[in-house]
Amino acid sequence: MLRKLTLTVATALSLIGSGAIAAGSAHVEDFAFSFEGPFGSFDQMQLQRGLQVYTEICAACHGLKHVAFRTLGDEGGPALPEDQVRAYAEFYEVFDQALADGAGDYRPATPADKFPASALSNAPDLSLMAKARAGFSGPYGTGINQLVRGMGGPEYIASILHGYADPPECAPEDFEGSYNTAFASGGYPDSCKTEEGHHTVPGSWIAMPQPLWGDDVTYADGHSTELEHEAQDVAAFLMWTAEPKMMARKHAGLSAVIFLTIFSVLLYMTNKRLWAPHKHPRKS
Amino acid sequence: MAGIPHDHYEPKTRFAKWLDSRLPVVGLLYDTLMIPTPKNLNWWWIWGIVLVFALVLQIATGVVLVMHYTPHVDMAFASIEHIMRDVNGGHLIRYVHMNGASLFFLAVYIHIFRGIFYGSYKAPREVTWIIGMLIYVLMMATGFMGYVLPWGQMSFHGTAVITGLFGAIPFIGPDLQTLLLGAGAVGQPALNRFFSLHYLLPFIIAGLVIVHIWAFHTTGNNNPTGVEVRRTSKEDARKDTLPFWPYFVIKDLFALVVILVVFAAIVGFMPNFLGHPDNYIPANPLATPAHIVPEWYYLPFYAILRAFTSDVWVVMLVNWLSFGIIDAKFFGVLAMFGAIIVIALAPWLDTSSVRSGRYRPMFKWWFALLVIDFVVLMWAGAMPAEPPYSIIALIGASYWFAFFFVILPILGIIERPTTPPATIEDDFNAHYGKADGKSVE
Repeated sequence: MLRKLTLTVATALSLIGSGAIAAGSAHVEDFAFSFEGPFGSFDQMQLQRGLQVYTEICAACHGLKHVAFRTLGDEGGPALPEDQVRAYAEFYEVFDQALADGAGDYRPATPADKFPASALSNAPDLSLMAKARAGFSGPYGTGINQLVRGMGGPEYIASILHGYADPPECAPEDFEGSYNTAFASGGYPDSCKTEEGHHTVPGSWIAMPQPLWGDDVTYADGHSTELEHEAQDVAAFLMWTAEPKMMARKHAGLSAVIFLTIFSVLLYMTNKRLWAPHKHPRKS
Repeated sequence: MAGIPHDHYEPKTRFAKWLDSRLPVVGLLYDTLMIPTPKNLNWWWIWGIVLVFALVLQIATGVVLVMHYTPHVDMAFASIEHIMRDVNGGHLIRYVHMNGASLFFLAVYIHIFRGIFYGSYKAPREVTWIIGMLIYVLMMATGFMGYVLPWGQMSFHGTAVITGLFGAIPFIGPDLQTLLLGAGAVGQPALNRFFSLHYLLPFIIAGLVIVHIWAFHTTGNNNPTGVEVRRTSKEDARKDTLPFWPYFVIKDLFALVVILVVFAAIVGFMPNFLGHPDNYIPANPLATPAHIVPEWYYLPFYAILRAFTSDVWVVMLVNWLSFGIIDAKFFGVLAMFGAIIVIALAPWLDTSSVRSGRYRPMFKWWFALLVIDFVVLMWAGAMPAEPPYSIIALIGASYWFAFFFVILPILGIIERPTTPPATIEDDFNAHYGKADGKSVE
C-alpha cells in the first residue's frame, strides 16, 4: 500500500515545486539558452554582448548594485581580461565617502567597486532580476515548465524586451505606458475586458518605454543585432549577474552526484553482504 | 533502563574499568549503538537517520552562514548577496541550507506518515510520538524564522501574515503580536528576535531528538508488523532482532546516500526550484506581493488556515455560539493549529487493537486517502484563495479532521483486522522464504 502511494506522492510533490502563480495572461516565449539543464554553461561571448547591451542601453536607468566590476573578469562569467575590467570600471563614477576629508566626492570606479544603483527611482535594480522573475512557470503553479523546459527569469526578460507591440484597437489612444504582450502586472484598460472582467488581449501596459528596437548596438564579434538576439544576449547577461556562480555550482553538483552514486553502490553491496547470512542462511 | 534484554557493555581493560566506574559514557554509547532492532524493519524506517543528518547539516551550514550574515533591515538582503557572490563556497553553503530545509521537511512528513500507517504512536510509544510532534512544531517555527532572515519580499510580508495569525486571538491577540514582533509592525526588532530564535531553536530540537531516541530505545522500535519483540529472554529477543550497528547503520547510510544523490542534483542544478522568486526582491513594506505563499512544507496547513471562511456554516455556528468571539479568522487559526494537534492526539483517538495498518483492511484505504488529502491541500495552499481552490481546500481540511476525529475511532470498532504473524521472526522468515526458522549467528 505504502509502496503504491510513494510514486503518487513523489510525483505530486515534484509538481508542486515552486508555488509560483502567473498573474493574468501573458506570453513568455521559451527561448533556448546555452545555460539550461544540468550541463548547460554560459556562452562567454553572449555574456560579453549582453554586457554591451546593458552598458549602452539599460544602464541609462537601471543599476546592478550587487555586482562588483571585478567579477566581470571571473571564470564562468564574461571573463574579460584584467585590463579591460579596469578600463570598463573607469567608465563609471562612484561616490566615495573617504574623499575630501570625509565630506565624500565622486571618483572613477575601480574593479573593487560595484555597479551603481538605478539612476531612476522607478527603474528596479537588475542584479537579481533573472531570479526574481522566474515565478510564472505554471501551469497551475506547478512549475512544470521550469522543471521540464528550463523556463525561468531569462526567458521572461527576453520576452519582455521582445514583447512590445502596437496597442490593440480596444485600448484608448492615450492609455498610460507601452503595450507589452509578455508583461502581466501592468496597467490594463477596462475597454479591453469582457463583461466578466476577463482580459481580451495578452499582456498589459508597462511603464518602461521600448528600450530595444534591433540594431541598437554594434557587436565586435559581428553577431546579429536583430531585436531577438539583443534581447537574448542581455537576458543571458542578467542571468549571470543574478547567478554568477552558476558554473561552479553545476560542476560541484555534478561531482557530488557522481561521487554519491559510486558511494551508494558500494554501500548497497556492503549492505547486501552484511545481511546475506541472516536473509539467506545455508542455501541447500 | 528497561528495554529489550541484550548484552551490555563490559569494560575489559584497566583504563576502561577506571573510566566506567566514574563516567559510563562508553557503556552508554555501546548500548545506544548496539540496541536490538527488529530485523524486519523495511525501507520506511530509514527517515529517522535522514532527519538526524538534516538537523546536523542545517546546524553546520547555518553556523557558517551566521559568520557572514548581518541581521539588519538595511543590510540583511545585501549580506545574503555577499554570501552568494563573495564568500568562498558561500553560494553552495547557502543553497544547501535553503534546500536542506526542504529535505528536512520531506523526511519529517514521510516519517510522520510512516508512524501513522504502522501505528507507531500507539501504546507504549505515546511519549515518543508527542515528543516527535513537538520537534515538528519547533521545526516549523525554526524554518519560518529562517525564511524571514534574507529580508526579501516574501520574508517581510510572510512575517506580517504569520504574526497576524496570533493577532487574531481574541482579547490577547494584538498584544501577543506586538510581543512577537517587538514593535507595532514588522521591522528591525522582529528581524533581531527571529535571528536569535532561529539560532537557538535548532539546539532545542537537538535536545528533543535525544529524548525522542531515548524514549523509543526504552520501548523498542515499532516494526512493520506492529508485533512486539519477545522479551522473555535474551535468546528470544535475539531471534527477533539484530543490533543497530552494523546492520541498520549500513542500511540507513545506503538509503541516506541515495537520497543525497537527489539532494545534490537539486542543489547543483535547480537550487531555486523549491523557493519563491519574490524573495529575491528586497523587502518593500509599500508593495505587497499579489500572492503571499509560504514555503511548500507549510502549504497543507496554510490551506487549512484559509479554508474556513466566514461563509462556511461551521464557522457561522461557532461564531454564533461564542457570541462573536470566534470569528472566521480566529477559527482558521484554531483549525490550523488544531490540524497539527490532532496528529499528537492520535494515540487516544485510534481505538483499534491491531497496531500495524498492514493488517487493517479498511484503515489502509482511509490512510491512502489521508496521504492524497495532504498532497491536495499542499497544492490548494499554493493557489489563490478563490473558487474552485477554496472549495477544494475546505473539503481537504474537513477530511483531515474527519480522519482523526471520526474515522480513526470508528474503524477500531467496525473493522475486522487480519491476524498479524505471531513473532517478528516469523514475519522475517516468511519474507525471505526460510522454512526452518532457526536464527543464525
